Amino acid sequence: MSACVWGGMDIQFFIELFFGGLTRGSIYALIALGYTLVYGIIGLINFAHGEVYMLGAFTALLVAGVLGVYGFPAGGILVVAALAAVVWCAAYGYTLEKVAYKPLRGAPRLSPLISAIGMSIFLQNYVLLAQTSDFVPFPNLLPPMDFLEYIDYVMGPSDFLILLVSTIAMVSLSLFIRFTRMGKAMRATAQNRKMALLLGINADRIISLTFIIGSALAALGGVLIASHMGQVNFGIGFLAGLKAFTAAVLGGIGSIPGAMVGGLVLGLAESFTTGYFSGNYEDMLAFGILILILVFRPDGILGKATVEKV
Amino acid sequence: MLDQRNDDSMGNGSSTTRKTYAMLELCHVDTYYGNIQALRDISLSIEEGEIVTLIGANGAGKSTTLMTICGINRPRRGEILWYGKPIHHLPPHEVVSLGISQVPEGRLIFPDLSVSENLDLGAFLRHDPTGVRNDLDYVFSLFPILAERRRQAGGTLSGGEQQMLAISRALMARPKLLLLDEPSLGLAPIIIQQIFAIIEKVNADGTTVFLVEQNANQALRIAAHGYVMENGRIVMRDTAERLLQSEEVRTAYLGM
Repeated sequence: MSACVWGGMDIQFFIELFFGGLTRGSIYALIALGYTLVYGIIGLINFAHGEVYMLGAFTALLVAGVLGVYGFPAGGILVVAALAAVVWCAAYGYTLEKVAYKPLRGAPRLSPLISAIGMSIFLQNYVLLAQTSDFVPFPNLLPPMDFLEYIDYVMGPSDFLILLVSTIAMVSLSLFIRFTRMGKAMRATAQNRKMALLLGINADRIISLTFIIGSALAALGGVLIASHMGQVNFGIGFLAGLKAFTAAVLGGIGSIPGAMVGGLVLGLAESFTTGYFSGNYEDMLAFGILILILVFRPDGILGKATVEKV
Repeated sequence: MLDQRNDDSMGNGSSTTRKTYAMLELCHVDTYYGNIQALRDISLSIEEGEIVTLIGANGAGKSTTLMTICGINRPRRGEILWYGKPIHHLPPHEVVSLGISQVPEGRLIFPDLSVSENLDLGAFLRHDPTGVRNDLDYVFSLFPILAERRRQAGGTLSGGEQQMLAISRALMARPKLLLLDEPSLGLAPIIIQQIFAIIEKVNADGTTVFLVEQNANQALRIAAHGYVMENGRIVMRDTAERLLQSEEVRTAYLGM
């Protein structure tokens, strides 16, 4: 039993679970942002989004492997690999929209949804064939972080990195959406596409930009989780994608702060369930939350009353 | 009596025989929604500097005419000419960049964006910060209430204020041609007076105006020319003055 026990509760264990939940939740939030951005602009649930996260992890692994052969320093490799993954996946997201969704614009809503599921299956199997079905080890590229010495029971270097990078990414996104010309155009397009067109906003470019940003964030999440878990597999995008989708719905699909809050809440809920009950229940909890939200509060925590898109 | 659809003098037929072009000209435009024809053989023309009005009952096709001009709806037949150049194949953002701005029916303010942000988006295609700042001062001089409410969300404004914001947002693009769709709809008479006075002022300051209205009386009083639309067709065209005095217009649209 630990020394700091308060009211029968182990404080140290609680803090550990709390930060574990934040770490996990930040990753969900990074992916959930992609779902919510795309939904906000074109009203589509991009079910292939989880695969972009998986591709991010694999791209970083391949780039890190190549750079490792040439003997670059570990920290530098991680930065370059992460940047490469972000750029490469942004290109994937852009192409995905052009190939799988743009031709279906104006089609019944079910058509792009089916196309999204098809793209998800395609991308998984493409990585399975091109790479492997095994779990592939991801090298530990993190430099030692001495300043974490006193709180090492709370977070290790990879947890610290996840919290730091995802916070920077989310703050940057919020500033971009709030203050830049294109950010305003994105919000305008989400609120009323027709009016945005009448003001000279090129909706195709906004949609492309949305996919690029969402995919870049998912790739970042993929790299972070790969370096945290130390392994990568072609199937990791499926569950992570569904969890992040749950987070987006929980926060209010279409709402950017909602995706962040939803991700963190889901991560914390899973972490505490695992810690105080059993890890066996964590998926059940996540999807139980999804069902309850959809039944009792479909607009989520921060979402507004749903207006059906016409 | 004034049905001049076969008269070639007002924007009908090919424009190649003429040396000077109207600012905007619609030639035999047909627009469909799926299989339903909304516009039938629409021809009209707008000269630079004028206020031209299009009046007609609800559902006559007035809004569709504006959306077709802006490239939101595509004509299936016919041409739309901007100073003689066809523009009906252009995407909406290129039409806007020519200098055509629309204040659509229902205003379509972005409710979650502040008044300032709504106005910024009006100037989305412009890259002359000084000019934009001057135009911001200009719209604030037209509608001082908007300056007071600049930080407020667009959705919290009253109907009249939203209409003022919608007009200002369109003006922020510094359009050559301003298309207004039912600016008086749902507003109190005193606000309507104010809006119409501003439309006249904007026109006097050099912007051509194409005004779509159900409020025929008000519209014809400030316009130079008018068109009357019924069931997707232009059924009359004349000077505003003569339309105001026409027996048919008076019984059908002015309730006299």
